[in-house]
Amino acid sequence: MNKVLEVRGLSKIYGPGCASCVESTGPEKETNLCPHCGSVVALHDVSFDLHEGEILGVMGESGSGKSTVVKNLYFDQMPSSGEATFFDADKQHDLFCLNAARQRWLRNHRFGMVYQNPHLGLNFNISAGGNIAERLLMSDLMDYGQIRERAKALLARTEVLLSRMDDLPGNFSGGMQQRVQIAKALATQPPLLYLDEVTTGLDLSVQARILDLILEIQQELKTAMVVVTHDLGVIRLLAGRAIVMKYGRIIESGLTDQILEDPQHAYTQRLVASAL
Amino acid sequence: MSPHAGYNFGFLDEYAKKEIRRAILKAISIPGYQVPYASREMPMGRGFGTGGLQLTLALIGADDVLKVIDQGSDDSVNAVNLRRFIEMTCPGVSTTTRTQDATLIQSRHRIPELPLTARQILVLQVPYPDALVVVEASEEKRKTMHGEADYSRLLVKLYEDIVKFNEITISHRYPTRINGHYVIDPSPIPRWDVPELDHSAALILFGAGREKKIYAVPPYTKAQPLAFDDVPFRVEDFRDEQGRRRGCHRCGCTNSFLDEFTDSSGKKLYQCSDSDWCDGQRRSPRE
Repeated sequence: MNKVLEVRGLSKIYGPGCASCVESTGPEKETNLCPHCGSVVALHDVSFDLHEGEILGVMGESGSGKSTVVKNLYFDQMPSSGEATFFDADKQHDLFCLNAARQRWLRNHRFGMVYQNPHLGLNFNISAGGNIAERLLMSDLMDYGQIRERAKALLARTEVLLSRMDDLPGNFSGGMQQRVQIAKALATQPPLLYLDEVTTGLDLSVQARILDLILEIQQELKTAMVVVTHDLGVIRLLAGRAIVMKYGRIIESGLTDQILEDPQHAYTQRLVASAL
Repeated sequence: MSPHAGYNFGFLDEYAKKEIRRAILKAISIPGYQVPYASREMPMGRGFGTGGLQLTLALIGADDVLKVIDQGSDDSVNAVNLRRFIEMTCPGVSTTTRTQDATLIQSRHRIPELPLTARQILVLQVPYPDALVVVEASEEKRKTMHGEADYSRLLVKLYEDIVKFNEITISHRYPTRINGHYVIDPSPIPRWDVPELDHSAALILFGAGREKKIYAVPPYTKAQPLAFDDVPFRVEDFRDEQGRRRGCHRCGCTNSFLDEFTDSSGKKLYQCSDSDWCDGQRRSPRE
């Protein structure tokens, strides 16, 4: 299988940082706040690979740094150190060495992001169709008729009623907003999709339909995905491989079944045992 | 200029003029880029055309012939006051209302109907220089967007217009892309005037006094109004209910930009917005 993404030694420190930041934080120290300089070590030495059509689950409790991983990879933030390489057809992009314009190009053309909070992913002042049009326009499609058709097809694919295409997303239910977000993320048929807690806060039947949709998309389009969630059910259903994070470090990684059936790290054992 | 001795020719001191001229040169070198400059305090409120006025005063020489227009008319209050101020502070400069005689034209909200020539400069007064201000409040972000030519959010606005109203409803300040990169706010000229920017023989300068920006459409430069491939830009058509092109009630011209107003009996009348053009048509109709 082709590699899509290779992340090596990704670190993110909020604050001034000092020489003893790394050694005085982490799962053993039970904190990510450096006692010497007060910096927050949000991520340290995070490395993983992602292959074509694969779904990688990132799990961990609140504040473990799992969202920070995708935010860095989607250029919402810049990491303190580390490398990430994106393999696109026959090209390679060294993500954190690109200039802002190239990063924006990749973000608009080759990556998709679905946030937990639809307010981050959607513009609530323009219609659902307009949100998808925005992404298509960013990728230089300049034909109104075609934009309209593509937006329709995407919304139909994500099961949003076409009669509501020209309504503001603010008038939609939470599940529908998430569907519009997914449609928007898929607009440019990106080979790589980041999903940050997409089903959190939705009721169970809506969750199930969104998860079904994500699986269908993965099978249809062979999209590689990084799924961030604290919900073990979501990981079990979607992810082939998973990593477990705590205090900014990866404490366990491997096949999802393996992690869930035979957790090695004490924290993972507690996490799995506490799942309902 | 004996009654006003103590003022430099053109009111501004030479250092101020020099700074503005440098900004103009930079604006011409980077078509459509908004060059910041130190907009001086003028003896009139910002918003009354101080940006355009400073450009005019920095450019004008004793051998120039100046025309000042306000919404197409030489006689409305903004035009008259600016013209008087320039006459007062620039001794020896002659003024005219005839477009073809002018070497320097300062205008508010219109481009003259008569095509401009290479020996003329048009200065437009600008209230809001940044076309992106409608979609992004932060100037820092707007600058990045301009730098990366990221105008998708402006286009989304056009998309939403077509969805809601079946056409693009921007009547003036139509976002226009200059030389394939920067999108400018061409000042509140009507859509009718936007095609005049494209490959204009005359240099067109834009001055925003309150926002402290100068930008330019250099001569013979591409100026494309933003539009979709299949929904092209169009100008006002001025057709009546029967589909006939309305004409000016004064000169009968049917290919000029018309103002609509109501006469004392309540009847709707249409008249050339460009008063010099209208007078010219009455003297010798060109059609």
